[in-house]
Amino acid sequence: MPKAIRKVLIANRGEIAVRVIRAAKELGIQTAVVCSEADIDSLAVKLADEHVVIGPAQAAKSYLDKEKVLAAATQVGADAVHPGYGFLSENAGFADACNAAGIIFVGPSAHAIRTMGDKAAARTAAMAAGVPVVPGSDGEVSTLESAIEAANLIGYPVMIKAAAGGGGRGIRIAKDEAELCQQYRVAVAEATSAFGNGAVYLERFIASARHIEVQILGDGESVVHLFERDCSIQRRRQKIFEEAGSPVLPDATRQALCESAVKLAKAVKYSGAGTLEYLLDSASGEFFFIEMNTRIQVEHPITEMITGVDLLKAMLKIAGGEPLPYQQSDIVRRGHAIEVRINAEDPDKQFMPCPGVVGQLVWPQGPGVRIDTLLQAQYKIPAYYDSLLAKLIVWDENRPAALARLKRCLEELSIEGVKTTQPLFLRLLATEAVQSGQYDTNWLERWMAEASAVVKPDVLPTGRAA
Amino acid sequence: MAQITICSHLPGTFYRKPSPDAPNFVEEGQAITPGTVIGLVEVMKMYSEVVAEEAGTLVRFEVAAEATVEPGDVLAILDVE
Repeated sequence: MPKAIRKVLIANRGEIAVRVIRAAKELGIQTAVVCSEADIDSLAVKLADEHVVIGPAQAAKSYLDKEKVLAAATQVGADAVHPGYGFLSENAGFADACNAAGIIFVGPSAHAIRTMGDKAAARTAAMAAGVPVVPGSDGEVSTLESAIEAANLIGYPVMIKAAAGGGGRGIRIAKDEAELCQQYRVAVAEATSAFGNGAVYLERFIASARHIEVQILGDGESVVHLFERDCSIQRRRQKIFEEAGSPVLPDATRQALCESAVKLAKAVKYSGAGTLEYLLDSASGEFFFIEMNTRIQVEHPITEMITGVDLLKAMLKIAGGEPLPYQQSDIVRRGHAIEVRINAEDPDKQFMPCPGVVGQLVWPQGPGVRIDTLLQAQYKIPAYYDSLLAKLIVWDENRPAALARLKRCLEELSIEGVKTTQPLFLRLLATEAVQSGQYDTNWLERWMAEASAVVKPDVLPTGRAA
Repeated sequence: MAQITICSHLPGTFYRKPSPDAPNFVEEGQAITPGTVIGLVEVMKMYSEVVAEEAGTLVRFEVAAEATVEPGDVLAILDVE
């Protein structure tokens, strides 16, 4: 018999904690939320049936402390833990610890988290399932001769990447064999000095890529997809504007993409909500799997808007032992949805975070409008966590109507007391690229560089992303 | 010899080193030049450098490493010529 969840501990904060609490309440599940000392006045604490203070503001001493979170779950008698996104959501050790304590981890198995959380293992799993991955060398290329041989198979241009690199560091691009000969030696020398490890590998360089991801739900046996999201508008590799579906995907490609995601999720016996991320080569129209997120994502509401499926409820039901409540034919795509992230940042000052005390709040309303937020009037935004304040999500029958609705909502929205990304989105909506849907993952930063060349910000802080 | 203060412009967490296993940017008693980074303030997962604007000797830090700071809080005292 399925063991339904009676009480869930939400091991997170902010808007996602609020979102999980709402889903659980609608399913008749009792809710408890952990919080740091900085979050005692949060909306999640107000909405949950119970809360447990688990430590000081610093996440490492509260939200990231596995023992404290588990102790809180035991203290309140929770039979399940929902990790939200970030923090412990993709921590296989935490999933193991929950299982060992007899508490349901609302998410995939620790094995699936481990396999899909490791980029190399995920790539191997994808290839085994017949899902296309970005063409690359078979592991490290230790000599120039083997690099040339691999590049001939991959096709130029190629990226030479430091095995120990990451986050865009340790990458060189070669457009032909002559450049490869020259860049290979430099890349090895750079990798040695920067990372203490000269190992490099090759990968096809996609000059103009779109970031497209497929939402799936699985129960360990069956898997369905809930179509794709296009998250190509990014800055510092962070998404700020997402839409479902992609404005550029031909139906045949969409079908192949979504089917490949189902195939891969089935291959790892995936349970719960997950997202498979792909790069779409704008020039060739080919798509390549890059990685999987084994958790709910920030941008999940746009999928909910176009399919009518409540992903959080589905996660809780599946974790409670129910079989997948949907067959593929139940998932119907309707209309177009867009999400923008309203962050406490000053877009005119290189997105400098702006915590502070929120004054009056006016939320846009009307048909096809959804706000997922942690804000309350007079709320003091803590400086310790990320800058996401609210997600404004709109739906309409087609993309032009959704864009018009988004503009109307952004004009209605008012958050007094702090600088936010709201004006940036109004400027973005006025661009030809956004109106036509023709952008790639580097477009926003190019556009902002051009805009800042016209209007110089008065302060250029030397920040770096965590 | 005059003393000046180096203040935080941001609310957040003050760090004296660039990463947990790195040495401190500067030690008390150390001579510094304009542009020397004396610490980082983390606000909403963004790290901003705290930079000395004048040359001198860093007499002492007024806040502990990893302490919570508010805009205007004095972080360090600098002896200048």
